[in-house]
Amino acid sequence: MIEVSVQDVGNAKVLSITGDVDLYSSPEVRKELMALTDQKVKNILVDLNKVSYMDSSGVATLVEGLQQIGKYKGKLALFGLHSVVKEVFELSRLDKVFDIYPDQDSALEKLS
Amino acid sequence: MPKVQKTADVVEAARPLEHGTISEGSVEFRVPSDPKILKIIRGGIAHLCELIGFSEPESKSIMLAVDEACSNIMKHTYAGAVNRPIVVSCSMLGNGIKVVLRDVGKKVSKHKIKARELDEVRPGGLGVHIIQSVMDEVFYDDACTQGNCLTLIKYLQHKKEDL
Repeated sequence: MIEVSVQDVGNAKVLSITGDVDLYSSPEVRKELMALTDQKVKNILVDLNKVSYMDSSGVATLVEGLQQIGKYKGKLALFGLHSVVKEVFELSRLDKVFDIYPDQDSALEKLS
Repeated sequence: MPKVQKTADVVEAARPLEHGTISEGSVEFRVPSDPKILKIIRGGIAHLCELIGFSEPESKSIMLAVDEACSNIMKHTYAGAVNRPIVVSCSMLGNGIKVVLRDVGKKVSKHKIKARELDEVRPGGLGVHIIQSVMDEVFYDDACTQGNCLTLIKYLQHKKEDL
């Protein structure tokens, strides 16, 4: 089962995901992420520390979030990617498209 | 004690095993096209790859490729129906692993299955690219009379260098 939670940290909303993100669970991530972009949240950080697996449907969900936030000039960044998750972004050449940080503090610092 | 209802599932489970032997290096998953099942397949594939001698990163990459192939069947061939059959047959090769995925859905023209250009940033369409990037051989079997049959092969790096 996947768990998705949102909390305010500094000037951002942090979307924390726990579990594998695949074709089964990505709709849940999408629902929470789109709720934030619908509210036009300016800064969204996605915490992937507790995601040990992500497939292309998970990546597609984040791309959709990036496109939505771009429409109102907000920022979306990722942090805490494990090697297997990082590989999916590299294979899709999206590691250059997303702002990816090692941890929450460095992501927040860049946003400020 | 409540009497067990003899549903189609019970009948299927009670079907006698075929006589004979099964190849030591083969594992088969016969699963419904339900995305809930993906995690089970991933666990099996990753473990099998480690038994064969793939490194952990390689095993995870192969697991990703097989997951993408199964997801494509669920999404595209079966259009989200969760009760259609998928058979994932894995064989340990002397120098790697072969995974054959079969479905009984609408036949897909292999000419239409292409990895999309990555320059365009948009959601979706990445699965075929990932499969082709990870695996050494990827081919569709035209001789498959019903549904689709996709074969994925990955060689052990040190054995590949010996070839």
